[in-house]
Amino acid sequence: MAVLNEEQQMLKDMAADWARERMPVTALRSLYDHGGGGRADSIGYDPEAWAEMAQMGWTGILAPQDHGGSDFGYLSLGLILEEMGKTLAASPLLSSALVAVSALRMGGDDAQQARWLPGLADGSVIGTLALDEGPHHAPERLALAATPSGDGWTLSGIKRPVQDGMVAHLAIVAAHTSGAPGVRDGITLFLVDTAAPGLTRTPLDQIDARLPATFTFDKVIVSPDAVLGEVGQGADLLDALRDRAAVGIAAEMLGSASQAFDTILDYLRTRVQFGAIIGSFQALQHRAACLFGELQLTRSAVELALVAIDEGDTALPALASLAKATAGDTLHAISSQMVQLHGGIGMTHEHDAGLYLKRARVAEQCYGSTAWHRERWARLNGY
Amino acid sequence: MVESEAIDEQAFRLEARAWLKANFPPSLAHVPGLIFQGDRHTAEANADYQLWRQRMADKGWGVPNWASRYGGADLTSLHGKIIGEELTAIGGFNPIRSYGTMMLGPTLLEYGNEAQKLEHLPFIASHERRWCQGFSEPGAGSDLASLQTRCTDMGDHWLVNGQKIWTSGADQADWCFAIVRTDTSRKQGGISFLLIDMASEGIEARPIVLISGSTHFCEVFFNDVKVPKGNLVGQVNQGWTIAKRLLQFERNSLSEVKADITPLSPLAHEYLGTDALGRIDSPDLRARMVHNAMRHEAYMATVHRFAQEAKNGGPSNGVSTLKNLWSGIIQERSELLVELMGANGLGWAGDAYGEAEREAARALLHSKAFSIYGGSFEVQNNITAKHTLGLPG
Ligand SMILES: Cc1cc2nc3c(=O)[nH]c(=O)nc-3n(C[C@H](O)[C@H](O)[C@H](O)COP(=O)(O)OP(=O)(O)OC[C@H]3O[C@@H](n4cnc5c(N)ncnc54)[C@H](O)[C@@H]3O)c2cc1C
Repeated sequence: MAVLNEEQQMLKDMAADWARERMPVTALRSLYDHGGGGRADSIGYDPEAWAEMAQMGWTGILAPQDHGGSDFGYLSLGLILEEMGKTLAASPLLSSALVAVSALRMGGDDAQQARWLPGLADGSVIGTLALDEGPHHAPERLALAATPSGDGWTLSGIKRPVQDGMVAHLAIVAAHTSGAPGVRDGITLFLVDTAAPGLTRTPLDQIDARLPATFTFDKVIVSPDAVLGEVGQGADLLDALRDRAAVGIAAEMLGSASQAFDTILDYLRTRVQFGAIIGSFQALQHRAACLFGELQLTRSAVELALVAIDEGDTALPALASLAKATAGDTLHAISSQMVQLHGGIGMTHEHDAGLYLKRARVAEQCYGSTAWHRERWARLNGY
Repeated sequence: MVESEAIDEQAFRLEARAWLKANFPPSLAHVPGLIFQGDRHTAEANADYQLWRQRMADKGWGVPNWASRYGGADLTSLHGKIIGEELTAIGGFNPIRSYGTMMLGPTLLEYGNEAQKLEHLPFIASHERRWCQGFSEPGAGSDLASLQTRCTDMGDHWLVNGQKIWTSGADQADWCFAIVRTDTSRKQGGISFLLIDMASEGIEARPIVLISGSTHFCEVFFNDVKVPKGNLVGQVNQGWTIAKRLLQFERNSLSEVKADITPLSPLAHEYLGTDALGRIDSPDLRARMVHNAMRHEAYMATVHRFAQEAKNGGPSNGVSTLKNLWSGIIQERSELLVELMGANGLGWAGDAYGEAEREAARALLHSKAFSIYGGSFEVQNNITAKHTLGLPG
């Protein structure tokens, strides 16, 4: 655990208590139908719980104080995301409080910040990033086109998956105002109201019962003041945003992995077979010891990256990829072992193991898969 | 408060930098310190090494956080860390580093009496006395407590009979810290911790050749060896507790070092070529190198984090986790280095191979020991499972 100040320690304890009481894993179950899939009538999160999170100030942790936030920094928000990850608490906290707020803080002008940050900070507005367009996170293949029309722009194309897309009010949309896909020049970020005419949102019924969406842009008209940062110069801002998003989800994954591991340990300490507690079998002891080591690497990498954001460390891109890839490997292994080490009961919808497995696979793909981040780290380090 | 500490730290850093610059012999820059630590003859034959050792000994900076009466410099571990960093920055090494500083010294500081500390610590701090570790026996490896080497109370001295094995550097050592059996009726409770002068009559050390070609370790025979009564550390039959503590220090030092291994990428480009996109031209090998390098980076962050967390300063149970991560990552790296060199990484001797290539082959062979000594990989996992994770049995 990184060295925390008093505020951060309080925040972490509070988040842990709240998640345990208000958003235990059973809460997630209400989003599932009895067949183990997402419920058709669900919206992928609990609005009342979201209001409580906002009331506790979590939605404003990254927002500046003059826009209703507390400016506590990424390590603080990371601690909360980790606690949410432990109980698989489903909410737009990452999409909105981390990604959307970061976008406005880093790229927004005074008017844009004044327009959006107070709402994002108090939770009344939900924001998200609309970046990916195909099955893989591939910012280098970004294709959605923005063509000049009048003094603004017209957006046409598809975004999918957009995290928390069905409930978001604000989407930060990455588009090409010029240049072909694959060229960094010409990428522009737009602040788009999801109620804009021509924007159709279709829910994606995902294995983890959250509700990302497909956004179809059919000549959606945006005004010039919707441009975040400079026209055509959004690539750097987008990179910075993706790094922060990746670190945020890695923090959530760290929480899920550590809780899954603790659940495994509990079972190893109690389940009896062959007249012995199964945790006394050396094969299982060693598997647990190795997973524990992986968990340590993950915690270190995630904390390193969170602190790097707060300190403005220029090594962030590599550290963000290190955090996401390490968390991906570890959560992948632990969530699989969570099923394996529970035997038959681990395969049932009634048991939590499947919920961790489902969320793990989704989180692994979110904001760049393990493979994507390893490749990026490799490029950044001259491999 | 924080600020004044920061200034103090910076001031000490500048002081250390200046002193090291003035005193570290340039001829030793980037020479691996291990060649002197591992071989007495190399150390004695190198005048610059001897000069460097003596200067560090006089300054007390080989063990900066030991008390000055024991040969240290009365500094904090933060100072020690700064000295280490500044040393690394100029391609230097600590000439005092040895089994004495890594294992016996910290153990004596906790369990030795004042006479023992004064007799031995200053010579460890000056690296004038080489130590070896007489723990393992032919029948007692992982199950160390089953050791048989007898130590009998003869009234005015101890009498030692038996055999140790895998004793690193025993043929070059001046002294040996050993665990011996003082009571045959109890296993762990019948062991004592003894300091033995290797010049004593009745000791014979026979070097054993390793797969890497080095004669790193020996069999050591003890035949009616007389040891003064004052050489027993702690209480009679308390040796197991002391040995376990020493093994923690050993694991800690094993997992702590090797901070500054160089990235494999430049070498890989050299040996494997570069593709049109600027990548190492061997996708599979490249992927495994990257995976290993990332694990290494996360591992270094973990060493750092554990150190921050261990507020009380001493090594803890986390050491077993670190040791296994470290041995696995370094072994894999050794394999990758040879693999990227291809056939050139498989040379044993001769001019057909560069020095670095021959070293890579030997390092690969030697690296297999990392998961055996200091408690094997499996034994570390047992420790983690039981003591850290609280699993039964
Ligand atoms: C290069 C090198 C230097 C060394 N230097 C020294 C030294 O200076 N001083 C010294 O005293 N010793 C030294 N050793 C010895 C080292 O500590 C022992 O080799 C080690 O403790 C293992 O003991 P062993 O060789 O008898 O193997 P064994 O204990 O016989 O082990 C054989 C295999 O069985 C496994 N095993 C054993 N018990 C268990 C268990 N309970 N559960 C699961 N698996 C198990 C082991 O992990 C190993 O894979 C050195 C060894 C090497 C390789």
